[in-house]
Amino acid sequence: MVKRIGYAVAAPLAALILAFVVSSAVLLLSGSNPLTAWSNMWEFGTRLETILLAINRASALYISAIAVAIGFRMNLFNIGVEGQYILAAFMAAAVGSQIGPMNPILHVAIILLTAVAVGAAWSGLAGLMKVTRNVHEVISTIMLNAIAVAGVVSFLLAKWSAGSAGASASQTLDVALDPIPESGWLPSLNPLVEFFTRDIKRIDLFSFVLVAVAVGILYHFLINKTRLGFDLRATGANPMAAEASGVNPRKTILLAMVLSGAVAGLVGLGDLLGDAHAYNLRFFQGLGFSGIAVALLGRNNAIGVAFAAFAIGWLERSSGVLEVRGDASREIVTIMIGIIILAAVIAYALVERRRAADEARAAAAATEREVPA
Amino acid sequence: MDAAVVLEGITKSFPGIVANDDVNLTVESGEIHAICGENGAGKSTLMKILYGMQPPDEGRIVVEGREVSFSSPRDAIAAGIGMVHQHFMLADNLTVLENVILGAEPTHRGVIDFQAARDHLTEVGEAYGLTIDPNDLAETLEIGERQRVEIIKVLFRGARILILDEPTAVLVPQEVEELFRNLRELRAQGQTIIFIDHKLDEVLAIADSITVLRRGKTVATVKPDDVTARDLAELMVGSELPTPETRESTVTDEVVLEVHDLHAADEEGNPRVRGVSFILHKGEILGVAGVEGNGQSELVEAILGITPVTSGSIRFAGEDITEWPVRRIREAGVGYIPEDRHRRGLLLPAPVWENDMLGHQTQEPFVKRGFWIDNKAATKHAAKVMEDFDVRAPGVNVGVHALSGGNQQKLIVGREMSADLKALIAAHPTRGIDVGAQSAVWEDLKEARRDGLAVVLISADLEELIGLSDRLLVILRGEIVADLDPSTVTPRGLGAYMTGATD
Repeated sequence: MVKRIGYAVAAPLAALILAFVVSSAVLLLSGSNPLTAWSNMWEFGTRLETILLAINRASALYISAIAVAIGFRMNLFNIGVEGQYILAAFMAAAVGSQIGPMNPILHVAIILLTAVAVGAAWSGLAGLMKVTRNVHEVISTIMLNAIAVAGVVSFLLAKWSAGSAGASASQTLDVALDPIPESGWLPSLNPLVEFFTRDIKRIDLFSFVLVAVAVGILYHFLINKTRLGFDLRATGANPMAAEASGVNPRKTILLAMVLSGAVAGLVGLGDLLGDAHAYNLRFFQGLGFSGIAVALLGRNNAIGVAFAAFAIGWLERSSGVLEVRGDASREIVTIMIGIIILAAVIAYALVERRRAADEARAAAAATEREVPA
Repeated sequence: MDAAVVLEGITKSFPGIVANDDVNLTVESGEIHAICGENGAGKSTLMKILYGMQPPDEGRIVVEGREVSFSSPRDAIAAGIGMVHQHFMLADNLTVLENVILGAEPTHRGVIDFQAARDHLTEVGEAYGLTIDPNDLAETLEIGERQRVEIIKVLFRGARILILDEPTAVLVPQEVEELFRNLRELRAQGQTIIFIDHKLDEVLAIADSITVLRRGKTVATVKPDDVTARDLAELMVGSELPTPETRESTVTDEVVLEVHDLHAADEEGNPRVRGVSFILHKGEILGVAGVEGNGQSELVEAILGITPVTSGSIRFAGEDITEWPVRRIREAGVGYIPEDRHRRGLLLPAPVWENDMLGHQTQEPFVKRGFWIDNKAATKHAAKVMEDFDVRAPGVNVGVHALSGGNQQKLIVGREMSADLKALIAAHPTRGIDVGAQSAVWEDLKEARRDGLAVVLISADLEELIGLSDRLLVILRGEIVADLDPSTVTPRGLGAYMTGATD
């Protein structure tokens, strides 16, 4: 047991250290002083405000990674989280802005459910194409990303954008949907944090983090503790054996894609309901792709992904200071994240091989011991 | 003249297990030397060492009087040693000639010299009496011909010492005779052959010397004239060899499975099962004999609902299950021991307890309230299966990939036998497991049959089929060509039906 946990922690730790060393070298080569850069980043990153911002970012990354992980558990590669969450957030913002003010719980629930349904439907398309026409999900989800972001959302945003008449609105930079009435906002958790710490300046901790926690718990139980999850994992481990055991491969593929998309639908809602309150051109993109990396780093495990999401979220959030202070370009953090992921994937493979060898050795020993002389 | 191969004091251990323990072997030049032993006796490891695939921990290898040390098969090939693996390694979309020269292409200024290759191939073929058309596509070849190509491949590379790893495992009796004719021809031309096998009658028929391994040690080297099959078996297992024979009949009148005029196709749509009909009763073992690839796989998978039925019907326990999905059929009480445990039977990375519930994951005791997996009950069940069926593993949480093939097979047999079954489709239930595990599986099948289980048994082991079955069907090109009484049929006779040689 101790050994098992040791293995689980050793790999990501080694990856972090390696990433740290290599990025320090890159900093040195580019003429910056790594010591100043890291100490400034640490000083800025350990501020309460930065940590809260990191948690907000991590919540979105976490949900994105869980959406990817659902696919990974059965060897489906949903690259389409990006398109699914942007389209879902857009539709949810559109629906949310047209209703209310009303009962806040109902209003928020409607917005969340809209996002879930849109995400599920969009990934379901890829699922349908796979089971009926055998189109690989990587291809179909990449294409659906383009259709969602560059096609549907751009078109409808121009068409539905608020303010003055359509033509002039699309010429201004501030194209946005109608704002969501206040009853559809998610409250800030600042009062709770302030109770334990101090006054928080300018930023909010989104209560959306609770949604992320709920998604994580549901994911863990669904995958590990239910029949459905077992079928899913069995299909991932060996689709031929799963089929012989009674799993319907088509149904399971479709279901996994729909579930993945449903979760993906939630990714953008923290920003939408906690901060922006309207879909506009500044809506944060790229979380779907980062989610893939976070899922890899967290090994598709509910807890592991949480650590990974916070680590990446924190690095992204605390790197801004590097440019402000002129220590280094903030892209050093992008390099660092890349190295962490690359190193982690390699380290995991090594650790996995080591663990398999340990098991084989134990199994051989068990056989040996019981052989009657 | 120096001996072709001398192995002295070879020791090789893997973590937790000693595969070869001070093995000594002398193979004279120009003889056929058989190596016998149970699965896990260390035959394969020894041959891998001789072929340079693994270095020994200790010991000396002397080939034709020169001490050698191989770091890869390339070195072994250079020393004149060639190996024909049990699983053929031919590229289907290449011709015989292309397959033979693959990796050893004669070139002329960087371009493959096909004419030289063809000449050399003809030369080799004629010298050893191995005839095959070099222009045939590999995919059109029969099993026996594929094996011949593998042998030619090795000879083409200049081997003087051939290692054949269980060459008869995939052949029917008639093909075995053809192989033996070829081997004798090779011997007459001065080749040395090391022949790994555990079919004792074959060993006695072909070998000049026989070395028996047991648990990594050399037990004895004998001449075939001095021993009987029984003697050899006792040397191999250290005790008496079990037989598959079932005693009294337990067949009842109650029909469990009724297949009527069944047609099914493979994934490419080629018809593979063509009008198969049979009735299986409670307490009956129905054997299906046939050369591999004559529709057995598709028949099995059609019954289980995996392969769609083109026409015809399947009734199980009074209900028409032709159109049922796999899960419903399995839940109704049809068990399955797949022919390829890694492909259809196991989740290799998953732990023992999850594999124990595979195929029964919707049923008691593995689920509670129809939705949740009951980890505790499932673990307990797995522990019981491990104990009852002698699955040797450190625990239920170990990944199944870590288990030996025999233990994996016992786990599959155990999980099916401990389920509430009315019928069992068993495809090659003892394939690749040692004599001890084999007799345990036979006992399990016999006991279940006594308790009323109806079994469809598919096997390449004709002794097993004849010994266990109450009735024997022979399938050839998707059709049932014979319905035989196992008490009056011999393996040879069965082989004739399987190859259609009775016409």
